[in-house]
Amino acid sequence: MSSEQQLKLFEVFVRSKRGLDHKHVGSLHAEDAEQALEYARDCYTRRSEGVSLWVVNSSDIVSSQEEDAESFYDPMDDKPYRHATHYQLPDAVNNM
Amino acid sequence: MTQFKLNEQQLEAAFQARVDAEQKIEPKDWMPETYRKNLIRQMSQHAHSEVIGMQPEGNWISRAPTLRRKMVLLAKVQDEGGHALYLYSATETLGVTRDELIEALHDGRAKYASIFNYPSLSWADIGAIGWLVDGAAIVNQITLQRTSYGPYARSMVRICKEESFHQRQGYESLIVLANGSPEQKAMAQDALNRWWWPALMMFGPHDAESAHSAQSMKWKIKRKSNDELRQAFIDQTMPQIEFLGLTVPDPDMKWNEQRGSYDHGELDWDEFQRVINGDGPCNRDRIEHHKKAHAEGEWVRDALRAYESKKRQRLAA
Ligand SMILES: [Fe+2]
Ligand SMILES: [Fe+2]
Ligand SMILES: [Fe+2]
Repeated sequence: MSSEQQLKLFEVFVRSKRGLDHKHVGSLHAEDAEQALEYARDCYTRRSEGVSLWVVNSSDIVSSQEEDAESFYDPMDDKPYRHATHYQLPDAVNNM
Repeated sequence: MTQFKLNEQQLEAAFQARVDAEQKIEPKDWMPETYRKNLIRQMSQHAHSEVIGMQPEGNWISRAPTLRRKMVLLAKVQDEGGHALYLYSATETLGVTRDELIEALHDGRAKYASIFNYPSLSWADIGAIGWLVDGAAIVNQITLQRTSYGPYARSMVRICKEESFHQRQGYESLIVLANGSPEQKAMAQDALNRWWWPALMMFGPHDAESAHSAQSMKWKIKRKSNDELRQAFIDQTMPQIEFLGLTVPDPDMKWNEQRGSYDHGELDWDEFQRVINGDGPCNRDRIEHHKKAHAEGEWVRDALRAYESKKRQRLAA
Protein backbone atom coordinates (compact mmCIF):
# COMPACT_ATOMS: atom_id res chain seq x y z
CA MET A 1 0.00 0.00 0.00
CA SER A 2 1.42 3.34 -0.96
CA SER A 3 1.48 6.14 1.59
CA GLU A 4 -1.28 8.06 -0.23
CA GLN A 5 -3.60 5.15 0.28
CA GLN A 6 -2.85 4.79 3.93
CA LEU A 7 -5.90 4.78 6.15
CA LYS A 8 -6.60 7.70 8.41
CA LEU A 9 -5.07 7.80 11.85
CA PHE A 10 -7.30 7.90 14.93
CA GLU A 11 -6.43 8.56 18.56
CA VAL A 12 -8.13 6.26 21.05
CA PHE A 13 -9.41 7.20 24.51
CA VAL A 14 -10.78 4.71 27.02
CA ARG A 15 -12.96 5.32 30.05
CA SER A 16 -11.95 2.51 32.35
CA LYS A 17 -14.79 3.03 34.79
CA ARG A 18 -17.91 5.15 35.02
CA GLY A 19 -17.11 8.44 36.65
CA LEU A 20 -13.51 8.57 35.41
CA ASP A 21 -12.21 10.67 32.53
CA HIS A 22 -11.44 9.09 29.19
CA LYS A 23 -7.71 8.52 28.99
CA HIS A 24 -5.56 8.41 25.90
CA VAL A 25 -4.30 4.88 25.28
CA GLY A 26 -2.87 4.95 21.73
CA SER A 27 -3.84 5.22 18.10
CA LEU A 28 -4.77 3.13 15.10
CA HIS A 29 -5.57 3.36 11.38
CA ALA A 30 -9.12 2.96 10.15
CA GLU A 31 -11.29 3.79 7.17
CA ASP A 32 -13.78 5.84 9.16
CA ALA A 33 -14.81 6.63 12.72
CA GLU A 34 -17.17 3.69 13.08
CA GLN A 35 -14.51 1.23 11.99
CA ALA A 36 -12.05 2.95 14.28
CA LEU A 37 -14.37 2.29 17.20
CA GLU A 38 -14.53 -1.40 16.39
CA TYR A 39 -10.77 -1.67 15.93
CA ALA A 40 -10.25 0.23 19.16
CA ARG A 41 -12.47 -2.26 20.92
CA ASP A 42 -10.43 -5.13 19.50
CA CYS A 43 -7.04 -3.51 20.14
CA TYR A 44 -7.42 -1.71 23.42
CA THR A 45 -10.20 -3.36 25.39
CA ARG A 46 -9.63 -7.06 24.83
CA ARG A 47 -9.60 -7.57 28.59
CA SER A 48 -12.57 -5.33 29.31
CA GLU A 49 -10.31 -2.40 30.11
CA GLY A 50 -13.12 0.04 29.48
CA VAL A 51 -16.78 0.89 29.57
CA SER A 52 -16.61 3.57 26.89
CA LEU A 53 -14.36 4.47 23.96
CA TRP A 54 -13.70 7.71 22.14
CA VAL A 55 -11.97 7.88 18.77
CA VAL A 56 -10.79 11.18 17.37
CA ASN A 57 -9.15 11.98 14.05
CA SER A 58 -5.47 12.51 14.89
CA SER A 59 -5.38 15.43 12.48
CA ASP A 60 -8.08 17.14 14.54
CA ILE A 61 -5.89 17.29 17.62
CA VAL A 62 -4.24 20.63 18.18
CA SER A 63 -1.32 20.40 20.54
CA SER A 64 1.01 22.84 22.24
CA GLN A 65 4.68 22.26 21.53
CA GLU A 66 7.02 21.12 24.23
CA GLU A 67 9.75 23.45 22.88
CA ASP A 68 7.40 26.35 23.56
CA ALA A 69 6.72 25.20 27.10
CA GLU A 70 8.91 27.86 28.60
CA SER A 71 7.13 30.86 27.13
CA PHE A 72 3.77 29.05 27.28
CA TYR A 73 3.88 28.24 30.97
CA ASP A 74 6.41 30.73 32.25
CA PRO A 75 3.81 33.19 33.60
CA MET A 76 2.59 30.50 36.02
CA ASP A 77 5.95 29.85 37.65
CA ASP A 78 6.17 32.98 39.78
CA LYS A 79 2.70 32.72 41.34
CA PRO A 80 3.16 30.55 44.41
CA TYR A 81 0.16 32.31 45.98
CA ARG A 82 -2.12 30.25 43.75
CA HIS A 83 -1.34 27.28 45.99
CA ALA A 84 -3.01 26.54 49.31
CA THR A 85 0.36 25.71 50.89
CA HIS A 86 1.48 29.30 50.37
CA TYR A 87 -0.73 30.36 53.30
CA GLN A 88 0.77 29.32 56.59
CA LEU A 89 -1.84 29.09 59.30
CA PRO A 90 -1.27 28.27 62.97
CA ASP A 91 -1.72 24.58 63.84
CA ALA A 92 -4.97 25.22 65.71
CA VAL A 93 -6.75 26.20 62.49
CA ASN A 94 -4.57 24.56 59.90
CA ASN A 95 -7.19 21.94 58.97
CA MET A 96 -8.99 24.25 56.51
CA MET B 1 -26.88 7.49 17.05
CA THR B 2 -27.81 5.98 20.40
CA GLN B 3 -30.73 3.59 20.24
CA PHE B 4 -32.44 2.22 23.31
CA LYS B 5 -34.20 -1.12 23.19
CA LEU B 6 -36.05 -0.86 26.48
CA ASN B 7 -39.27 0.95 27.22
CA GLU B 8 -39.42 4.07 29.38
CA GLN B 9 -40.19 2.23 32.61
CA GLN B 10 -37.40 -0.28 32.19
CA LEU B 11 -35.02 2.53 31.32
CA GLU B 12 -35.98 4.42 34.43
CA ALA B 13 -35.53 1.34 36.60
CA ALA B 14 -32.12 0.66 35.09
CA PHE B 15 -31.18 4.30 35.60
CA GLN B 16 -32.17 4.27 39.28
CA ALA B 17 -30.38 0.95 39.82
CA ARG B 18 -27.23 2.48 38.39
CA VAL B 19 -27.55 5.50 40.66
CA ASP B 20 -28.22 3.28 43.68
CA ALA B 21 -25.08 1.28 42.88
CA GLU B 22 -23.05 4.53 43.12
CA GLN B 23 -22.25 4.47 39.42
CA LYS B 24 -21.98 7.75 37.57
CA ILE B 25 -24.38 8.81 34.86
CA GLU B 26 -22.53 9.98 31.74
CA PRO B 27 -23.71 12.39 29.00
CA LYS B 28 -24.72 9.77 26.43
CA ASP B 29 -26.66 7.62 28.91
CA TRP B 30 -30.42 7.57 28.98
CA MET B 31 -31.72 9.70 31.84
CA PRO B 32 -35.18 10.83 32.97
CA GLU B 33 -36.10 14.20 31.51
CA THR B 34 -36.70 15.58 35.02
CA TYR B 35 -33.21 14.46 36.11
CA ARG B 36 -31.75 16.36 33.18
CA LYS B 37 -33.80 19.47 33.94
CA ASN B 38 -33.01 19.32 37.63
CA LEU B 39 -29.30 19.05 36.87
CA ILE B 40 -29.38 21.93 34.41
CA ARG B 41 -31.07 24.05 37.06
CA GLN B 42 -28.61 23.18 39.83
CA MET B 43 -25.43 23.20 37.72
CA SER B 44 -26.22 26.45 35.94
CA GLN B 45 -27.17 28.05 39.25
CA HIS B 46 -23.77 26.97 40.52
CA ALA B 47 -22.02 28.34 37.41
CA HIS B 48 -23.88 31.66 37.67
CA SER B 49 -22.85 31.89 41.34
CA GLU B 50 -19.18 31.56 40.44
CA VAL B 51 -19.43 34.31 37.87
CA ILE B 52 -21.64 36.72 39.85
CA GLY B 53 -19.46 36.05 42.90
CA MET B 54 -16.61 37.80 41.09
CA GLN B 55 -18.36 41.15 41.56
CA PRO B 56 -18.24 41.76 45.34
CA GLU B 57 -14.56 40.75 45.38
CA GLY B 58 -13.65 42.49 42.14
CA ASN B 59 -14.88 45.63 43.86
CA TRP B 60 -11.74 45.62 46.04
CA ILE B 61 -8.99 44.60 43.59
CA SER B 62 -7.92 48.17 42.88
CA ARG B 63 -8.08 49.06 46.59
CA ALA B 64 -6.24 46.10 48.11
CA PRO B 65 -3.95 47.34 50.91
CA THR B 66 -0.72 45.79 49.56
CA LEU B 67 0.59 44.52 46.24
CA ARG B 68 0.65 40.98 47.63
CA ARG B 69 -2.99 41.13 48.67
CA LYS B 70 -3.85 42.53 45.27
CA MET B 71 -2.12 39.70 43.40
CA VAL B 72 -3.78 37.13 45.66
CA LEU B 73 -7.24 38.62 45.19
CA LEU B 74 -6.74 38.86 41.44
CA ALA B 75 -5.70 35.19 41.32
CA LYS B 76 -8.74 34.18 43.38
CA VAL B 77 -11.22 36.12 41.26
CA GLN B 78 -9.60 34.65 38.14
CA ASP B 79 -10.12 31.16 39.58
CA GLU B 80 -13.83 31.87 40.09
CA GLY B 81 -14.16 32.79 36.41
CA GLY B 82 -12.49 29.47 35.63
CA HIS B 83 -14.90 27.61 37.92
CA ALA B 84 -17.81 29.14 36.05
CA LEU B 85 -16.29 27.90 32.80
CA TYR B 86 -15.89 24.30 34.07
CA LEU B 87 -19.47 24.32 35.28
CA TYR B 88 -21.02 25.93 32.19
CA SER B 89 -19.21 23.42 29.98
CA ALA B 90 -20.34 20.50 32.15
CA THR B 91 -23.91 21.83 31.99
CA GLU B 92 -23.70 22.03 28.20
CA THR B 93 -23.12 18.25 28.07
CA LEU B 94 -26.83 18.02 28.98
CA GLY B 95 -27.83 19.54 25.66
CA VAL B 96 -28.38 23.18 26.61
CA THR B 97 -26.40 26.05 25.07
CA ARG B 98 -24.34 28.70 26.82
CA ASP B 99 -26.52 31.41 25.29
CA GLU B 100 -29.66 29.86 26.75
CA LEU B 101 -28.04 29.71 30.18
CA ILE B 102 -26.93 33.35 30.09
CA GLU B 103 -30.35 34.41 28.86
CA ALA B 104 -32.02 32.65 31.79
CA LEU B 105 -29.69 34.47 34.17
CA HIS B 106 -30.45 37.82 32.58
CA ASP B 107 -34.23 37.48 32.59
CA GLY B 108 -34.30 36.16 36.15
CA ARG B 109 -35.41 32.57 35.45
CA ALA B 110 -32.10 31.23 36.73
CA LYS B 111 -30.88 31.97 40.23
CA TYR B 112 -27.44 32.26 41.80
CA ALA B 113 -26.28 32.07 45.41
CA SER B 114 -28.14 34.80 47.27
CA ILE B 115 -25.04 35.74 49.28
CA PHE B 116 -23.60 37.62 46.32
CA ASN B 117 -26.43 40.13 46.62
CA TYR B 118 -24.77 41.60 49.71
CA PRO B 119 -22.29 44.46 49.30
CA SER B 120 -18.58 44.27 50.16
CA LEU B 121 -18.25 47.44 52.24
CA SER B 122 -14.77 47.21 53.75
CA TRP B 123 -11.47 45.46 53.11
CA ALA B 124 -12.27 43.06 55.96
CA ASP B 125 -15.21 41.82 53.89
CA ILE B 126 -12.75 40.35 51.41
CA GLY B 127 -11.20 38.25 54.18
CA ALA B 128 -14.65 37.26 55.44
CA ILE B 129 -15.82 36.25 51.96
CA GLY B 130 -12.82 33.96 51.39
CA TRP B 131 -13.10 32.44 54.84
CA LEU B 132 -16.89 32.11 55.21
CA VAL B 133 -18.39 32.17 51.72
CA ASP B 134 -15.76 29.99 50.08
CA GLY B 135 -15.65 27.95 53.30
CA ALA B 136 -19.39 27.26 53.08
CA ALA B 137 -19.11 26.54 49.35
CA ILE B 138 -16.33 24.02 50.03
CA VAL B 139 -18.45 22.11 52.58
CA ASN B 140 -21.14 21.75 49.93
CA GLN B 141 -18.78 21.06 47.04
CA ILE B 142 -16.85 18.33 48.82
CA THR B 143 -20.04 16.27 48.97
CA LEU B 144 -20.80 17.11 45.34
CA GLN B 145 -17.59 15.39 44.26
CA ARG B 146 -19.77 12.28 44.72
CA THR B 147 -22.77 13.61 42.82
CA SER B 148 -24.28 11.12 40.35
CA TYR B 149 -23.63 13.04 37.13
CA GLY B 150 -20.08 12.31 35.93
CA PRO B 151 -19.16 15.68 34.34
CA TYR B 152 -20.48 17.56 37.40
CA ALA B 153 -18.60 15.30 39.82
CA ARG B 154 -15.35 15.67 37.89
CA SER B 155 -15.60 19.44 37.70
CA MET B 156 -16.19 19.48 41.48
CA VAL B 157 -12.98 17.55 42.05
CA ARG B 158 -11.05 20.12 40.08
CA ILE B 159 -12.79 23.05 41.77
CA CYS B 160 -12.30 21.72 45.31
CA LYS B 161 -8.58 21.41 44.66
CA GLU B 162 -8.46 25.10 43.76
CA GLU B 163 -10.84 26.33 46.47
CA SER B 164 -8.70 25.63 49.48
CA PHE B 165 -6.36 28.54 48.69
CA HIS B 166 -9.40 30.82 48.55
CA GLN B 167 -10.44 30.04 52.09
CA ARG B 168 -6.93 30.12 53.51
CA GLN B 169 -6.02 33.49 52.00
CA GLY B 170 -9.23 34.98 53.46
CA TYR B 171 -8.58 33.62 56.91
CA GLU B 172 -4.93 34.64 56.79
CA SER B 173 -5.87 38.23 56.05
CA LEU B 174 -8.41 38.22 58.92
CA ILE B 175 -5.72 36.95 61.32
CA VAL B 176 -3.75 40.09 60.46
CA LEU B 177 -6.76 42.38 61.05
CA ALA B 178 -7.89 40.60 64.23
CA ASN B 179 -4.40 41.06 65.68
CA GLY B 180 -4.00 44.63 64.44
CA SER B 181 -5.15 47.96 65.84
CA PRO B 182 -8.50 48.21 67.67
CA GLU B 183 -9.96 49.76 64.51
CA GLN B 184 -8.75 46.84 62.41
CA LYS B 185 -10.13 44.31 64.85
CA ALA B 186 -13.48 46.14 64.87
CA MET B 187 -13.49 45.99 61.07
CA ALA B 188 -13.00 42.22 61.21
CA GLN B 189 -15.81 41.85 63.75
CA ASP B 190 -18.11 44.02 61.64
CA ALA B 191 -17.43 41.88 58.58
CA LEU B 192 -18.18 38.71 60.56
CA ASN B 193 -21.42 40.27 61.84
CA ARG B 194 -22.63 41.03 58.34
CA TRP B 195 -21.49 37.86 56.54
CA TRP B 196 -22.28 35.21 59.16
CA TRP B 197 -26.02 34.82 58.61
CA PRO B 198 -25.94 35.15 54.81
CA ALA B 199 -23.21 32.47 54.82
CA LEU B 200 -25.51 30.12 56.77
CA MET B 201 -28.29 30.86 54.29
CA MET B 202 -26.08 29.59 51.46
CA PHE B 203 -27.10 26.07 52.43
CA GLY B 204 -30.71 26.83 51.56
CA PRO B 205 -33.98 26.38 53.45
CA HIS B 206 -34.57 23.76 56.13
CA ASP B 207 -34.84 20.23 54.75
CA ALA B 208 -38.60 20.16 55.33
CA GLU B 209 -39.09 23.28 53.20
CA SER B 210 -36.60 22.53 50.46
CA ALA B 211 -38.45 22.24 47.16
CA HIS B 212 -36.05 19.99 45.24
CA SER B 213 -34.30 18.15 48.04
CA ALA B 214 -36.04 14.77 48.29
CA GLN B 215 -35.90 13.98 44.58
CA SER B 216 -32.33 15.27 44.32
CA MET B 217 -31.26 13.01 47.17
CA LYS B 218 -32.92 9.99 45.57
CA TRP B 219 -31.08 10.70 42.35
CA LYS B 220 -27.91 11.38 44.33
CA ILE B 221 -27.54 14.77 42.68
CA LYS B 222 -27.38 16.06 46.25
CA ARG B 223 -25.52 13.89 48.74
CA LYS B 224 -26.24 15.61 52.03
CA SER B 225 -29.21 17.66 53.21
CA ASN B 226 -29.15 21.44 53.64
CA ASP B 227 -29.37 21.22 57.43
CA GLU B 228 -26.62 18.58 57.70
CA LEU B 229 -24.28 20.72 55.61
CA ARG B 230 -25.10 23.88 57.55
CA GLN B 231 -24.39 22.11 60.85
CA ALA B 232 -21.07 20.78 59.55
CA PHE B 233 -20.07 24.29 58.51
CA ILE B 234 -20.98 25.77 61.90
CA ASP B 235 -19.10 23.07 63.79
CA GLN B 236 -15.96 23.56 61.76
CA THR B 237 -16.12 27.37 61.81
CA MET B 238 -16.75 28.06 65.52
CA PRO B 239 -13.19 27.18 66.62
CA GLN B 240 -11.88 29.41 63.82
CA ILE B 241 -13.94 32.34 65.14
CA GLU B 242 -12.61 31.73 68.63
CA PHE B 243 -9.06 31.58 67.37
CA LEU B 244 -9.48 35.04 65.84
CA GLY B 245 -10.79 36.33 69.16
CA LEU B 246 -14.01 37.44 67.49
CA THR B 247 -17.59 36.87 68.60
CA VAL B 248 -20.18 34.97 66.59
CA PRO B 249 -23.23 37.24 66.09
CA ASP B 250 -25.63 34.61 67.44
CA PRO B 251 -26.55 34.85 71.14
CA ASP B 252 -28.08 31.35 70.99
CA MET B 253 -24.91 29.66 69.79
CA LYS B 254 -24.01 27.02 72.36
CA TRP B 255 -21.97 23.83 72.42
CA ASN B 256 -24.20 20.83 72.92
CA GLU B 257 -22.21 18.22 74.78
CA GLN B 258 -24.68 15.44 74.07
CA ARG B 259 -24.82 15.94 70.33
CA GLY B 260 -21.15 16.84 70.09
CA SER B 261 -22.28 19.76 67.96
CA TYR B 262 -23.34 23.41 68.24
CA ASP B 263 -26.93 24.51 68.79
CA HIS B 264 -27.61 27.77 66.99
CA GLY B 265 -30.28 30.44 66.63
CA GLU B 266 -32.89 30.50 63.88
CA LEU B 267 -32.06 32.15 60.58
CA ASP B 268 -34.10 35.10 59.32
CA TRP B 269 -36.02 33.25 56.64
CA ASP B 270 -37.95 36.36 55.62
CA GLU B 271 -34.69 37.98 54.67
CA PHE B 272 -33.69 34.81 52.84
CA GLN B 273 -36.91 34.88 50.79
CA ARG B 274 -36.56 38.59 50.11
CA VAL B 275 -33.03 38.27 48.77
CA ILE B 276 -33.77 35.13 46.74
CA ASN B 277 -36.74 36.85 45.15
CA GLY B 278 -34.75 39.84 43.99
CA ASP B 279 -34.97 42.31 46.85
CA GLY B 280 -31.55 42.01 48.42
CA PRO B 281 -29.23 45.03 48.68
CA CYS B 282 -27.48 44.42 45.32
CA ASN B 283 -29.64 42.12 43.16
CA ARG B 284 -30.33 44.71 40.47
CA ASP B 285 -26.71 45.89 40.34
CA ARG B 286 -25.36 42.37 39.97
CA ILE B 287 -27.54 41.53 36.95
CA GLU B 288 -27.15 44.98 35.38
CA HIS B 289 -23.38 44.67 35.67
CA HIS B 290 -23.43 41.21 34.12
CA LYS B 291 -25.60 42.37 31.22
CA LYS B 292 -23.33 45.33 30.64
CA ALA B 293 -20.15 43.23 30.68
CA HIS B 294 -21.79 40.70 28.37
CA ALA B 295 -22.90 43.39 25.90
CA GLU B 296 -19.54 45.15 26.02
CA GLY B 297 -17.81 41.86 25.20
CA GLU B 298 -19.88 41.34 22.07
CA TRP B 299 -17.27 42.98 19.81
CA VAL B 300 -14.71 40.39 20.92
CA ARG B 301 -17.02 37.55 19.95
CA ASP B 302 -17.80 39.34 16.66
CA ALA B 303 -14.10 39.75 15.95
CA LEU B 304 -13.45 36.06 16.63
CA ARG B 305 -16.21 35.05 14.25
CA ALA B 306 -15.01 37.45 11.53
CA TYR B 307 -11.44 36.18 11.85
CA GLU B 308 -12.61 32.58 11.71
CA SER B 309 -14.65 33.08 8.55
CA LYS B 310 -11.82 35.04 6.90
CA LYS B 311 -9.44 32.18 7.65
CA ARG B 312 -11.86 29.67 6.21
CA GLN B 313 -12.32 31.72 3.04
CA ARG B 314 -8.56 31.98 2.61
CA LEU B 315 -8.23 28.23 3.04
CA ALA B 316 -10.93 27.61 0.44
CA ALA B 317 -9.37 30.03 -2.08
FE1 LIG C 1 -15.28 28.90 42.99
FE1 LIG D 1 -17.97 27.71 44.19
FE1 LIG E 1 -13.67 30.17 45.58
